Order: sequence, then C-alpha cells, then structure tokens
Amino acid sequence: MNTHSLQHLKELESESIYILREVVAQFERPAILFSGGKDSIVVSHLAKRAFYPARIPFPLVHIDTGHNFPETILFRDDFVNKMDVDLSVGSVQESIDSGRVTEEVGRNASRNVLQTVTLLDMIRENKFDCMVGGARRDEEKARAKERIFSHRDEFGQWDPKKQRPELWNIFNGRKNLGEHFRVFPISNWTELDVWNYIEQEKIEVPSIYFAHERDVFVRDGVLMAVTDFIKQLADEPVTRKKIRFRTVGDATCTGAIESLADTVARVIEEVAGLRTTERGTRADDKRSETAMEDRKRTGYF
Amino acid sequence: MKNTIIRISTAGSVDDGKSTLIGRLLYDSKAIFADQYEALEELSRRRGQDGIDLAMLTDGLRAEREQGITIDVAYRYFATPKRKFILADTPGHIEYTRNMVTGSSTSNVSVILVDARHGVVEQTRRHFFIASLLGIPHIVFCINKMDLVDYAEEVFENIKSGLTKLSEEITKADLYFVPTSALLGDNIVNGSDKMPWYKGDTLMQILENIDISDDHSHVDARFPVQMVIRPQSAEHGDYRGYAGRVAGGSFKSGDLVTILPSGISTKIKSIDTFSMDVVEALAPMSITITLEDDIDVGRGSMIVKQDDKKPVVGQELEIVLCWLNSRELRVGGTYSIRHATNDARCIVQDIKHKIDIATFQQIEDNKQIGMNDIARVSIKTTKPLVYDKYSENRVTGSIILIDENTNETVGAGMIV
Repeated sequence: MNTHSLQHLKELESESIYILREVVAQFERPAILFSGGKDSIVVSHLAKRAFYPARIPFPLVHIDTGHNFPETILFRDDFVNKMDVDLSVGSVQESIDSGRVTEEVGRNASRNVLQTVTLLDMIRENKFDCMVGGARRDEEKARAKERIFSHRDEFGQWDPKKQRPELWNIFNGRKNLGEHFRVFPISNWTELDVWNYIEQEKIEVPSIYFAHERDVFVRDGVLMAVTDFIKQLADEPVTRKKIRFRTVGDATCTGAIESLADTVARVIEEVAGLRTTERGTRADDKRSETAMEDRKRTGYF
Repeated sequence: MKNTIIRISTAGSVDDGKSTLIGRLLYDSKAIFADQYEALEELSRRRGQDGIDLAMLTDGLRAEREQGITIDVAYRYFATPKRKFILADTPGHIEYTRNMVTGSSTSNVSVILVDARHGVVEQTRRHFFIASLLGIPHIVFCINKMDLVDYAEEVFENIKSGLTKLSEEITKADLYFVPTSALLGDNIVNGSDKMPWYKGDTLMQILENIDISDDHSHVDARFPVQMVIRPQSAEHGDYRGYAGRVAGGSFKSGDLVTILPSGISTKIKSIDTFSMDVVEALAPMSITITLEDDIDVGRGSMIVKQDDKKPVVGQELEIVLCWLNSRELRVGGTYSIRHATNDARCIVQDIKHKIDIATFQQIEDNKQIGMNDIARVSIKTTKPLVYDKYSENRVTGSIILIDENTNETVGAGMIV
C-alpha cells in the first residue's frame, strides 16, 4: 500500500499546491483556518511547499472554543514558531463574555455551534476574503458535495443549490464586497491519504492522535474523555483505557477510539482496517441526519 | 509521473439505477463503513423498505433525501491495491446537464448507464455526446438491469452494436461494454454466474486496468504561470521563481523556452520544488521555474519550449460552449473570461449554430442559448490569450465565462 501510494500522493500534493497558489493569486486577504488537527496541519505544510522559498504569505486563524485538550494548544504554539507563520486567535469565550452568543446548557452542551459566530466576526474584523480549510469530501455527505472554491454570501451562508459549476481546474473566486470564499485544497484526499502523507513527509501532529492511557466514559455509544468541560453522569462510569483520537475538535464533542496505535505507521495500519468513518466519533455530527449541512449553511467550517 | 489516481464520472437518469451501481461499487469494494451502513439500515427501516437501499448512500443532502433525487455533483473515494478512485457522481436528469459537464470536465473515464429494457434512449445519446464533447478519453457503458431481461445476450449485443455505430459519428474515445445488474451485483466488482456468455472484465476490473498514462498531454510543453515567487528575505534576496502546474509535455533545466505572449526567449535555470527532487517535470506537476534572464513574466504568461509546436496567440476564438445559467447567452454581451491562469473580458460576436445533443444535428434557425444548451460561438477577447485546441490539450484549450453582474460561472467553452 505504501509504495504505490507515494505516486498518488504526489499527484494529490500537486493539485493542492495549485489550489493554494490560486488562492494567493485571486484573493487579497486569505487565511488558513487552523484547528490544530492533522488536516489543517497538512494544509499548512502544503502552503509551505507551494510558496517555498518564500514564507507562507498569509496568517493562520484559530477559532478557540476554550474547550481544548491542552496538548493541542501546546502543539499549536510550537508549530507556529517552527513554521515561521503568523497566528490570529478568535475566542469563543470572548464572544460569550461580550454577549454575542449564549452558552448552551444541558447534558450535551457544546460550544461547537457557537464557533460560527466567532468565526464570522473574525472574518469581518480582519476583512478576510478567503478562508482556507482542511475539510475533505470523504469526511461527510454534505462536504462531498461542496466545491473547492466555495462561495459564502455576506452573511457567511453556504447555499448548496446555488453552487457555481466548477470546471477543469479553472476556479472562479469573483465576489462582491463583504462576501468571502472558503477554499478546500485537500478536498480530494482521504483520511488514509493524509496519514500516508504525514508519514512520507515526517510531519509532526499532536500527541493525542496516538494511543495513550486516559480516563474515559461512554455517552451515546461514544467514548468521551474526562475533562473539566464535560461531566459524566452517575450512570456513566469512568474507566481508564488505552485510546487515541481520530479527529481533534472541541473536547466536548470529540470522541476517542480504543487503540494501540502509538506511531504513524501503526495509525496507517489501523486506519486502513477500520470499519467506521472518521467522524463516526463526532457527537456534533450526530445531532441530526443533516447536522453538517445545516451548520454549513449558516457559515460553519 | 505514473498515474495512480483515476477520475471517473458517472451518468445515468434517475431510474437507470446509477446510485445503486455506485452504492454497489463502494459496498463490494468494501469502501462503505459500518456506521454508514447502520445509518442506512436504520433509514431504510424507518421508510418501511425491505433490505438496504444502496442508492441512499450517495444521496447526501436533505433536499435529495426528501425528494429522492440527486441535485448536485457528489464525490466518492475508494481505493484498491491497484488504484485510488475519485468518482464524481453526476445526475443524469435533463435539467442537470450542467452538473454532468461540471463533474466530468477532468475525468479519465465516463461510466454511462443504459437500462437494458429500454436500450439506447435520448438520455443515453445525450450523455454519450457530452462525454465525447468533453474529450473524456475512455467511456464504459454499463448495460444495467440485465436481471430484468433474463440476462439475455442478444439484448446486450444489440445495445452494444447500436452504441458502437453511434460512436463513429462523435468520438475517438475507447469504448467498453459490460452487462450488469447493480441491484444484484452482477459484473460490478464480482463476476456473474448468470451470464456465462460474457467473457469480458467486470466494471471494477476495467476501471482498475484502463491505461490512462496518455490522458494528460505529453506532447507539447506548456506551463501557464500562476504567480511569481519573490521571498524578499536576506537568504533568498535575488530569487524570482515562476510558480505553476505543468499543463503539457515536459520541462527540465537547460531547456530553451519562449515566454508568450511576449515572445521573448530564454533558458530554464532550474526547476524547484520543496523537496528538490525533480529532474524532469511532467503534467500535472506543480513546480517553480527559474529563468536565466531577468525578463517580464507574470500571471497569465505561458512558458513553452522553443522546439515544440507553438500554441496560438490570439484574441478571436471559436468555441463550443455549454451554457450553464438560466439567463440566456447574449450576442454582443460582455463577459469575464478565464483561460488557464489568464483573466480577460470578452464580447460574444456570433452564435454560429446550436447543437441538438440528442441527434447531434446543427440547429441553424434557433439561436437562443439557454440553460443546458450547447452552441458553437465566436468571441473576441480584450487581450491576447495563449491557447491550444481543446482536442489537443484539455487545460490550455478550455475557458469559462463569468457573468460580470452576478459573478456566476455561466459558460464552459472548448476551443476548436
């Protein structure tokens, strides 16, 4: 699997670099949406390659829910340093404190949906006209239908029925003032492609992607980590397990899987054999049948 | 670069069983995950259906699930040890010609479904024509629902010979024919014991083995410049690199090149990538080129090799245009045009004729071009473009038109 994948990774890399260069050619103030997860890490590395030997000509933007695994934030600050790139942080906590949004309450309260407001405020304040994201089409059924250059109206909304036809490799980033684009350079990559690329290019990712021991409990069939932000109930006993995370998001809605994969090579082996999708552990997607489509329409990542 | 990614698009009408075929392809190649399968089982049960409706695997959006239709291009990914597959699932319904054009513009292979009970219908001719128009190099016809015609060889052979005859009029693509039942899994991934008369490959075997190494143009070297890289750092103070993606042929350092449209000649100093491992760059590699001489090169310029056939540099183009918008094409109207990495404006000078995509006939007396119409038109651009015929190079031979008021992509053009 690995020997043949070098060839196709080269083609995927080439396509992503082409897309990132189109971003710089077509927009005035682009930025990379950086979550600290492997996909936005890979996008940042691709940007490094696209503009080498120049610096990455735009900043990273992190929308911080305040509900992070500490490992992710440590990783982020170190990453920004090593990559020699600028970072702007939008804080959901500040949006809550200033009354822009109201915290959810109840058992499955999460700041996942609130992020959209912080993100759109951030875009307006900084006059960003293009946000580059690490979303992939294999992740989720609404994302499978989104263009690589995806238009957002002045309210940040995505309209799946009004998507511009996207032909050949000619991207149309024209827009009116106040509108912006989301661009997804790794649309055509799969979870396995991302991991193979991480292995091939020796890219560092946060430690929580690898098997480690942690206190966890089960909620709605998903393994959740015990953190300060989410409290297990009486009927949700805590056990200590060897786990890892397949996606890195807000700690309140990112589930773990039991795993012994403690190196990139073992993760690749594991992912190749897994029978559930990557976002199968994301509580935010399970809110309804069309949870992602509904959030995207209002401006989510 | 060896091609290990194959881009496939599928076309078929609502009732041809296209979604079922894709579902089957994913399911039998084990590209469907347990949680997706469970979600489907649950959904099928809620709707009171018997067993699993594989079609629901590909129908992602709320509107599609509610109305049972496919409204846009969806991308699916699967891999076998031989290849990685990128599948663009495009709806075949008449008003969605624009989606088929969108989904298949970069395809290596078009998979067209034909209902064995109905044979070659207008829809089939339409899909076949669009696939040919887009220059898709390989076309696979799945003669589907063979289970409903008692797996009769005669039915298959009749449809096959009809399509072969039709192909003489419109395409040079290489053609494949497979008798299938997507519903029951015959000849999709696994073979069929119901059709011992069929000795050919299954759909999956065909897709795994089609030779696509010549699908990118490897003849004349073409390099549309995307942007100039100037690090402006102490370490790389004088560096000036031209970033882009090879669109045809090959480049290596020392090659004598010409910059178009200016016509100035120079030599390639180096071909750079981050890992510095490129000896010879082929399509579709993204690279950065540095030149021996300090000359004026920018976005929209094209670097070509001196010894290769030169592209055309001109402002008057003839194109076959697919119209993608509900606002009609205006003769004398001005549009924004994009070609490779170049941007310009253009005036539509004349509509030569419309093309009936079901009969392939030219229509001379009706020159109204609306959504999903295809026409031969002439345009004039505000500045020279550097282009090839679409039949020679799909990258340097294609353009899009953009409505300057709405910013929508309204037309897809192939230069003739």
